[in-house]
Amino acid sequence: MKHLRSIAELGADGMARLLDLTDHMAEVNRRPNPKVPALRGKTVCMIFFEDSTRTRLSFDTAAKRLSADTMTFSVGTSSVNKGESLRDTIETVAAMGVDAFVIRHGSSGTPWQVSNWTNSSIINAGDGWHEHPTQALLDCYTIRTALGRTGGFDGLRIAIVGDIKHSRVARSNIDAFRLMGAEVTLVAPRTLLPPVVSAPTAADLDDVIDDIDVLYLLRMQRERMTEALVPTMREYTARFGLTPQRARRLGKHALVMHPGPMNRGVEMAVDPSELPGAVITQQVTNGIAVRMAVLFDILGSGTDLEVQP
Amino acid sequence: MTVLITGGLVLDQTGERTADVLIDGSVVVAVGEDLDGDGQGVTVLDAAGCVVCPGFVDLHAHMREPGHEEAETIETGARAAAVGGYTAVVAMPNTDPAQDSVSVVEFVRRQALAAGLCEVVPAGCITVGRLGQQLAPLAELAAAGVTLFTDDGNGVQDPLLMRRALEYSLDLGITLAQHCEVARLTEGAVMHEGECCSRLGLPGWPSIAEELMVHRDIELSRLTGARIHLLHLSTERSVELVRAAKADGVAVTAEAAPHHLSLTDDALDGYGTVYKVNPPLRRPSDVAAIRAGLADGTIDAIATDHAPHTPQTKEQPLDHAPPGMLGLETALGVVLAHLDMPLTDIVAALSWKPAAIAGLGDRHGRPIAAGEPANLTVFDPDVQWEVQPARLSSRSRNTPYVATPLRGRVRHTVFNGDPVVLDGAPQR
Repeated sequence: MKHLRSIAELGADGMARLLDLTDHMAEVNRRPNPKVPALRGKTVCMIFFEDSTRTRLSFDTAAKRLSADTMTFSVGTSSVNKGESLRDTIETVAAMGVDAFVIRHGSSGTPWQVSNWTNSSIINAGDGWHEHPTQALLDCYTIRTALGRTGGFDGLRIAIVGDIKHSRVARSNIDAFRLMGAEVTLVAPRTLLPPVVSAPTAADLDDVIDDIDVLYLLRMQRERMTEALVPTMREYTARFGLTPQRARRLGKHALVMHPGPMNRGVEMAVDPSELPGAVITQQVTNGIAVRMAVLFDILGSGTDLEVQP
Repeated sequence: MTVLITGGLVLDQTGERTADVLIDGSVVVAVGEDLDGDGQGVTVLDAAGCVVCPGFVDLHAHMREPGHEEAETIETGARAAAVGGYTAVVAMPNTDPAQDSVSVVEFVRRQALAAGLCEVVPAGCITVGRLGQQLAPLAELAAAGVTLFTDDGNGVQDPLLMRRALEYSLDLGITLAQHCEVARLTEGAVMHEGECCSRLGLPGWPSIAEELMVHRDIELSRLTGARIHLLHLSTERSVELVRAAKADGVAVTAEAAPHHLSLTDDALDGYGTVYKVNPPLRRPSDVAAIRAGLADGTIDAIATDHAPHTPQTKEQPLDHAPPGMLGLETALGVVLAHLDMPLTDIVAALSWKPAAIAGLGDRHGRPIAAGEPANLTVFDPDVQWEVQPARLSSRSRNTPYVATPLRGRVRHTVFNGDPVVLDGAPQR
């Protein structure tokens, strides 16, 4: 694999390969010394045009456990506006010798533009409203391990709840869950759905809560109120929040997932530590193994993962 | 200077016939068979296999000067226009400073005269600074010869101001032109609102933002009796609204751009900023409606919306990159490749119909006959070609038609009797 830009480009076979590879990485992470020399001599540049400490730390840790060298280039979107074009920024950093860029940008599509301007591999760590493929992979890996679904998600019912329209996590996960064989329902007010919807929808959480295997909550941002997309946060929680009453209706085996950071009292109106099916911290843990798998798949051809340090 | 155009198909609003055209000074002096061109100093332009027609008139070009000379100057824009077969272009007023005063308008004309490649007709602003707050001095600008007024780039949002501007225009013999876009509905918009933008995670640019203003301005024109010209229509419903208004006798005219009759929103699949344009590329049904609107005369004119941008401004993320694409040098090739219409109707939409809308009908888009001004275009309607960006006359390179087969290319352009383009090459 040259790049990881979207789930659609990866495809079902690519997902299966990466999820199997993630099992190996999880094994590495359970060792007393969780570090292998697989990517020694490779340089990974984290280039974040938008703050995301969590995703950056996760990629940084993943790269270091594979012995890659890492660089971090953090810029606010404002400096793009100060004169240096995106192309100049990328070409400058690439000139320092970079095998793979991990790129986060507030604008959709930047990984595709950037891959026209450099020969380095591009790993999309989130572009605008568009895609966040490593999040989708870690979510699939979390479901696969928590529910013992190594053979795929056939028949699994997953509800994605919240601001689908503005969510890169939702776009990647809709594609990923369906490629794995799951039935996906989108639960959101019409104002928070994209103009054309690619999956069945439900009008509120009560319509689906009794019958789902995975409840995937998205972060609800307060500025959506000022854009006339929802009247109040109170009304949003009443229709779409996971309240104690709704939590009691979840099936015994049902998982509750969230990409973080959570808005407690809004979409997460219960204490998740009291939810037996909550796997939110496992998502974070699995993120490192998944990102190791992605980096190894892209940069590690010809090296032996099993070599002990 | 004496110029003889030989062996072409002479095509104008009076019909078509194979004939030679003899020009002396800035005037056509004879049209007929086997005209004598062997006098001393006669420049002979071979037009065999070509159409000889009145020069093209573009109602909609961004020349960028004053203010953004790094993207285009009046000279480079006029050269691009001449290469594209235009003898007159209307320069949009979103310059810096904006064309809202006589001094800026006169500056634009002076630069164009110095270039001597085509007539550049500055459009005036409807409101001061195109800010939509206060009427520009319409009568003062009209007295200085400005005939077309628009805030293009912005629609006039305030319905009261637009009504007043239309009423005020009635006694001035001018035409107001609207960029139809309700700005509140397109904040942050990047591409047409539909399946593609949903999949690509890009903010949608809804058709309704255009159609609401098309509807409003048709009704304001109906109310006031003032002429309104609607710029760069892009949606099926806009075309329907104009068709119905014309049937009612409302004094509305409309234009469409070559890219809106040839490209669709899925061109943005690879996130190429060259395809970002305002109004955006839309659906195949919209493209079909634009073509049908041109075919039945609902849309009067083909206008390029030539919008040069430097590479550094276009090499930004899609939501930061400015909208706009080049048009002057490719318009004919795109139109002939995509429109299934009689050649006369296509030339009408490129020449005498826009000349009338811009108030240039006394000197552009004239019949080709003795005594008429010699503003003429000679083009080969059948030649296939591809754009080579590095060879464009425009200072910018943001054409969406790279590696796209085009059909029909300008061979010679004669401006005021002067062959400013010969065999496709600008002469100054």
